[in-house]
Amino acid sequence: MLFYSYFKTLVGKEVTVELKNDLAITGTLHSVDQYLNIKLNNIRVVNEQKYPHMLSVRACFVRGSVVRFILLPPGSVDVELLHDATRREARGG
Amino acid sequence: MDGQVLLPPNIEDIPPPGLALVEELDKLLLVQLRDGRKIIGTLRSFDQFANLVLQGAKERIIVGTQYAEIPLGLHVVRGENVVLLGELDLAREPPAGLELVSEAAIKQAQRAEREADKMKGTLRARFDFLDDI
Repeated sequence: MLFYSYFKTLVGKEVTVELKNDLAITGTLHSVDQYLNIKLNNIRVVNEQKYPHMLSVRACFVRGSVVRFILLPPGSVDVELLHDATRREARGG
Repeated sequence: MDGQVLLPPNIEDIPPPGLALVEELDKLLLVQLRDGRKIIGTLRSFDQFANLVLQGAKERIIVGTQYAEIPLGLHVVRGENVVLLGELDLAREPPAGLELVSEAAIKQAQRAEREADKMKGTLRARFDFLDDI
């Protein structure tokens, strides 16, 4: 649940999601669920010429299982906070 | 975020996974599949795995600056094959800079592209020895 909770704190921020098929999409994080399925608004595809089919899509739902990386906005990671939460989770809540 | 604590969510507060898809119901969506195919259709149903029911589905094939749409009818997509889906912005449809061609023409262009890719592959394989020099 830790990463679910963490990504929920990033809702509204701009993130870049790189998928396993090398497609990279930048957009505003709209929602995230338990499977880390992600919804992005106002999307922009990195290397748009290579993926012309995405031109007519402005918001999208990405299945969690196809995500390779999520690039976060700088300064959005509070390491202390994550450390604490990780320890708490390891102890079993 | 200072001074905050990242608390585990209350179990009742967690929406079931995939629920975000309700917002897409009855909308015209573009669904990208794991094998690279793009399917357009109206979302009629879904579940937590992102299994989808698409009504009036069409496959959109894009090769270079040409595209074609092949009617498929009612389709059920198994969730594991879904990469992403998004509502089609009708104001941006058809995609700018793309020209609609017939099914036969796009199939031919697709074949030509595949041949060219294969050729590139064999050429690269043949000149592999250059990498060691």
